[in-house]
Amino acid sequence: MRHGLLDSARRNGGPPTAIVIGSGSTGAATAHDLALRGVAVTVVERGEIASGTTGRNHGLLHSGGRYAVKDPESARECIAERDILARIVPEILELNGGLFVAVDEAGLAYGEPFRQACAVVGIPTRDLSGAEARELEPALSERVLGAVEVPDGVFDPLHLCLAFLATATSSGARVLAHVEVEELVVRGATVEGVVVRDRQTGRRVRLEADVVVNAARPWADRIAAMAGLDVPLVPTAGVMVAVIGRTVDRVINRLDRPSDGDIVVPQRQTLLIGTSSWVVDDPDRIAIPADDVELMFERGGELVPGVRGRDPRGVFAAARPLIGRPGDLSAGRDLSRTFECFDHAAAGVEGFVTISGGKTTTARAMAEKAADVACAKLAVDAPCRTASTPLRSYREYYVA
Amino acid sequence: MLESTLVLRVWRTARPGRDRPGFEEIAVRVDRNADTVLDAIERAWAEADPTLVFRHACHHASCGTCAVRVDGRERLPCVTPLAAVWNGRSKLTIEPLRNLPVVADVAVDPAAVLGRLAALRFPYVRTVELDVRKAACPAGDDDIGLAERFEDCLECLACVSACPVASGDPAYLGPAVLAAAQRIAEEPRHADAEHVLDLAGGEHGVWQCRSVWACSAVCPSGVDPAGRIMDLRRRLLTGRPAAPAPAAGAAS
Repeated sequence: MRHGLLDSARRNGGPPTAIVIGSGSTGAATAHDLALRGVAVTVVERGEIASGTTGRNHGLLHSGGRYAVKDPESARECIAERDILARIVPEILELNGGLFVAVDEAGLAYGEPFRQACAVVGIPTRDLSGAEARELEPALSERVLGAVEVPDGVFDPLHLCLAFLATATSSGARVLAHVEVEELVVRGATVEGVVVRDRQTGRRVRLEADVVVNAARPWADRIAAMAGLDVPLVPTAGVMVAVIGRTVDRVINRLDRPSDGDIVVPQRQTLLIGTSSWVVDDPDRIAIPADDVELMFERGGELVPGVRGRDPRGVFAAARPLIGRPGDLSAGRDLSRTFECFDHAAAGVEGFVTISGGKTTTARAMAEKAADVACAKLAVDAPCRTASTPLRSYREYYVA
Repeated sequence: MLESTLVLRVWRTARPGRDRPGFEEIAVRVDRNADTVLDAIERAWAEADPTLVFRHACHHASCGTCAVRVDGRERLPCVTPLAAVWNGRSKLTIEPLRNLPVVADVAVDPAAVLGRLAALRFPYVRTVELDVRKAACPAGDDDIGLAERFEDCLECLACVSACPVASGDPAYLGPAVLAAAQRIAEEPRHADAEHVLDLAGGEHGVWQCRSVWACSAVCPSGVDPAGRIMDLRRRLLTGRPAAPAPAAGAAS
């Protein structure tokens, strides 16, 4: 493993250096952002790219409609980022829109506050009757009484991460996969790097940097604890069930308050039905309750009846890193989906930043915030340019 | 319930403490009725040997990154139920894909094939089938535009691993790339279809195929590379596509 070269660069007048822990969408986007600003970035990833939370994602590119009523801050972030991703990485998006469909009177009644909330945060909507909705998507239930169209879409989670990393490496970043952080290097009250174990050689390697960004997401508390720090994190899993047979092209959402089994997301030749929500102790060991799988077929079938009785092609779950305290709530659904960047200088530890909360749709904005905080520490005043920089093809990650 | 013990026979590359590559046996507790092969591999990593290197991301046959050989056959372990490949007693052999350089253990380097796909400018999205038909009937009302979806090909490279020609000729474009070439001929989008046909008809193209159809047999996504190679031959000989076949695929 090459190391020590970048680490001593600054002392010799080279660029400032950063280590990003994690190569999910947040870590990958943060590496890209920092590299564009001239920082020499090293990404350390304990597994493969996107092998944690991001990979096991429903791929719903949120318009923000899902959050508009209860969590307008998240909704605003979503619609802004949805439009930015459509400009910078259209290659890996299905931009077919989404429908929020009412299947009962309660859903219809929810339509008015939903439309108003969307208008407030700037999500364009179009009203459809049940018949108009079924004309667009004939597989919808006969029980659909009305619908609201929004600019939802679908992204490919792995390839989004690879596109961010391909662009980051073209700006000089290096990505070290299969290395696991075992220690933070702390001198005095400053984090100066990480000690990683290379999984292929078994060797421990010390990597130094001017700043360390913790984008380990549901594992972020374990990393922060290595510096004696505490981050408020509730790892919250949700089940997704994939069934063969792509019978809708738009994302189908139940028009109502977010609940279990209320989204059906087309992806390639399949539909994904999701999701549920439960707090997990260990993000590495998530047991999927059989009842949750049944519930997905039941509830998803109320939107798209054809999914009922199909064999699942895949059943999967990963832990979302929601911001909160375990025990605050019995389940994570009521926690905000917005994100937060923790500058641990506030707790007396310099050189160390944790980015938490959020979702893949808003990964670029989360990265911008994390990179702003990191760059302030590095005295780098280059502005963020990721919103207007087209990403390279994911294939270039491998074809360097 | 993790009521059974499965012995995985996993290919391991050389590293400090292991002088030469070879198989290593790792025992894991599994639920034969609920677990996939990927669940077993992941548990081997999480609970037995953190040095095991393997790829995985989506866990539902969408990203293509986890493809390996299971008892000699190319599969996506994420959608391969243990019950489908394991009798509850024998060992299960996990090997990297063939015809590609091994990065470590069961992870291979896809760069050569992805580079060829990139050179073709093979798009990741396609027009959905229903809208292809709609576009062919311009009288239809399509003010909503044509819907798009990701291509069937997951770029998992199972087909390349199974191909007997690819094993003998590293320059052979191979089933994944030729299937992509056929898709471009079918729906050019932004690519240069004529150039792509020239390439497919060239020295390392469709005429090298020996019609073994192993690629189509192992494709987890119903792409049917061999059928597409035959269609390319037809196009090259006659300038016309083969007679339309019913929409194939795992989706049907």
